[in-house]
Amino acid sequence: MSRGVAITGMGIISAIGNNVEENYESLLEGKTGISRVSKIKTIHRDDIMVGEISFTNQELEQQLGLSSDNNYSRAALLGSIAAKQAIVNAGISNINKYKTGLISSNSVGGMDMTEAHFYDYFQNDAIQKYINGHHSGDSSQKIAEQLGLEKSFVTTISTACSSSANAIILGARLIKSGQLDRVIVGGVDCLTKFTINGFKSLMILSDTFNSPFDEDRKGLNLGEASAFLVLESDKVLQAKNKPVLGYVKGYANTKDAYHQTASSDNGDGATLAMEKALKVAQLSSKDITYINAHGTATINNDLSEGRAILRVFGNDVPLFSSTKAYTGHTLAAAGAIEAVYSILALQNNIVFPNLNFKTQMKEFNITPQLELKEKELQTVMSNSFGFGGNCSTVIFSKKQ
Amino acid sequence: MKTVYINSIGSISSQKTFDNSEFLDDIISYEDNVISVVNPTYRDYISPGDSRRMSKGIKMGIVASKIALNDAGLETVDAIIIGTGMGLLKGFEKFLKALLDNNEQFLTPTSFIQSTHNTIGGQIALGLKCKGYNFTYVHDSISFESAMLDAKLMLENNEANVVLVGGVDEIGDYTAELHKLIHHIKTEKVHSAKLLKSQTEGVVYSEGANFFVLSNEIQNTSYAVIEAIKTYNTLGNININKVVSEFLKENNLDIETIDIVVLGNNGDITHDYYYNDLSAGIFNSTQQVYYKHLCGEFNTASSFGVWLASKILKTQKLPEAIKLNTIEASKYKTILLYNQYRGENHSLTLLHKC
Repeated sequence: MSRGVAITGMGIISAIGNNVEENYESLLEGKTGISRVSKIKTIHRDDIMVGEISFTNQELEQQLGLSSDNNYSRAALLGSIAAKQAIVNAGISNINKYKTGLISSNSVGGMDMTEAHFYDYFQNDAIQKYINGHHSGDSSQKIAEQLGLEKSFVTTISTACSSSANAIILGARLIKSGQLDRVIVGGVDCLTKFTINGFKSLMILSDTFNSPFDEDRKGLNLGEASAFLVLESDKVLQAKNKPVLGYVKGYANTKDAYHQTASSDNGDGATLAMEKALKVAQLSSKDITYINAHGTATINNDLSEGRAILRVFGNDVPLFSSTKAYTGHTLAAAGAIEAVYSILALQNNIVFPNLNFKTQMKEFNITPQLELKEKELQTVMSNSFGFGGNCSTVIFSKKQ
Repeated sequence: MKTVYINSIGSISSQKTFDNSEFLDDIISYEDNVISVVNPTYRDYISPGDSRRMSKGIKMGIVASKIALNDAGLETVDAIIIGTGMGLLKGFEKFLKALLDNNEQFLTPTSFIQSTHNTIGGQIALGLKCKGYNFTYVHDSISFESAMLDAKLMLENNEANVVLVGGVDEIGDYTAELHKLIHHIKTEKVHSAKLLKSQTEGVVYSEGANFFVLSNEIQNTSYAVIEAIKTYNTLGNININKVVSEFLKENNLDIETIDIVVLGNNGDITHDYYYNDLSAGIFNSTQQVYYKHLCGEFNTASSFGVWLASKILKTQKLPEAIKLNTIEASKYKTILLYNQYRGENHSLTLLHKC
């Protein structure tokens, strides 16, 4: 398990941009993608804010060149767009040339179509094509088809908000062990009434712009997004001599085992995840130059994560910020879009600011980075902590 | 690389499989298109309060995992990896119906929480106080194989020493009606003994939970060695015989070394030809076994296949009811399992006697 894991391509679509360049521009300009929901008819419209992607399904279908009888859920559409970008970015022309896999992730699969047609399926034959698209593996099969991937390892992870971080972890382990030469890893979730109402019933949705690590934070904004990264082995790199965007250096997944939804106040699982990831990376906490925090702006997460950061980094907490105020919390996609942001930070030596922060939290004295800051970065830590205490940390580095 | 063993098993299925001292001693036949599980006494494992709150899928997962842990004599494990194709359908249906029927009002979070795929693994971890690696795979008919493949990777590379792996799916009544509508589930009732002769579209739908403790250390309870697992999203137009031959070659085996082939035939006339091609093809001189007439079809039904193969390898017995042909193997040493659902997500699993 000693081989290097290089990142050679990235693709992303989120509320702050339809590709990597647009996302980077928005991060530099401090431009949020949070607004009132426009594409979903919900009675909560005026009580919540969301990070919505501007394209309609029809526009996405056109971009992918799908015929009108397609049965793509929005997750399948967004995932296909992001994964295709990543393949182009990595300069891959023959996807089946090396031992290639796809590891996608999502939390609610084709729920958008299920909730739209649930009671109508019995009366309307034309919509029955969406019935089998409900399960989470459906979008991943379609993404694989869009990439031309055949006879290959294609799977889907669903561990709530840490899902796509876990896709990156599995991909890295498969490359390190030599089982695959190339893996496309990432995740997707679209906005649905189901998740809006689920999180509403948990009473963790903010009625205004989310403000991570702020004393007066009121909860999260849901968002929709997809991002994929191409991970490649030394073998492929030697054969191709292609540019490397960064490396997956360390990773860990742990479980809080504290409560069925919330994280422990002391952040036991989060602490363990960060410590184990450092160990896998063979780095000390001093080597981390920026943390892209999970920072959902819920009372529970930010307290738990902040305490965990203090437990791991002591008096030497590196610059940290959450980018959730830009994109909203994109659930299963969060780990992958923030992996893209972490790589952009490394490539450009820039720390993105934590928007909407006003008041220091009382429980501790660490403050997120509030201004755009240029700084030489070597390693970036990205946290993704899921519903149910599923905690993941991935460490990215500039050099192998 | 270390060898990976199946050290214990725990199964809840449409047969009475929760008692590890038995091995399909009394076969239960069904005449239906949706069949449920034979329930163990859940309150022997879960407090009555928890049992009332938990949905069937969670309960089956917890109890099957406890049976497996008891079988291996363990209190906890290093990692928990779950496969579930459709996830917790009951919670999902309940929450979505409440949402639609009451126009997004008066919703409580319980059924939302119990619709989340990683709740099964989460609840098991909570019970075992296991803070280790906890993954959930949700990829159709290879959900369980993905979990097993991940565990194998961990154990071979010494990232963990003892891993709990399970496949769980529960019946959702409304979802079952929808799948009848599109003929993925048979619209007529079929007798277990006549499943493969039904000549109709769709499957007999079911549920279940099959759990395994995998380890890189053999113990006296061990059932089998996991030699290899491979999954394929699609096969394009390549014949299954060629795919299996390639797989055997990759593992330095020839067809003669396979003593028993365990096939996932589910009686769906539109997709069973994959199995029939193998039966009549490279395995026409091999003892063939099938099992979905016993456990029904669900996305993680192949975990019942692994349970079955593990039992055969440990007990060196092979129940009459699972024989697909009349060829008798001279020894039960190497077993190959093949499964697919609706022509996608094919898997090959190779097990060997300890």
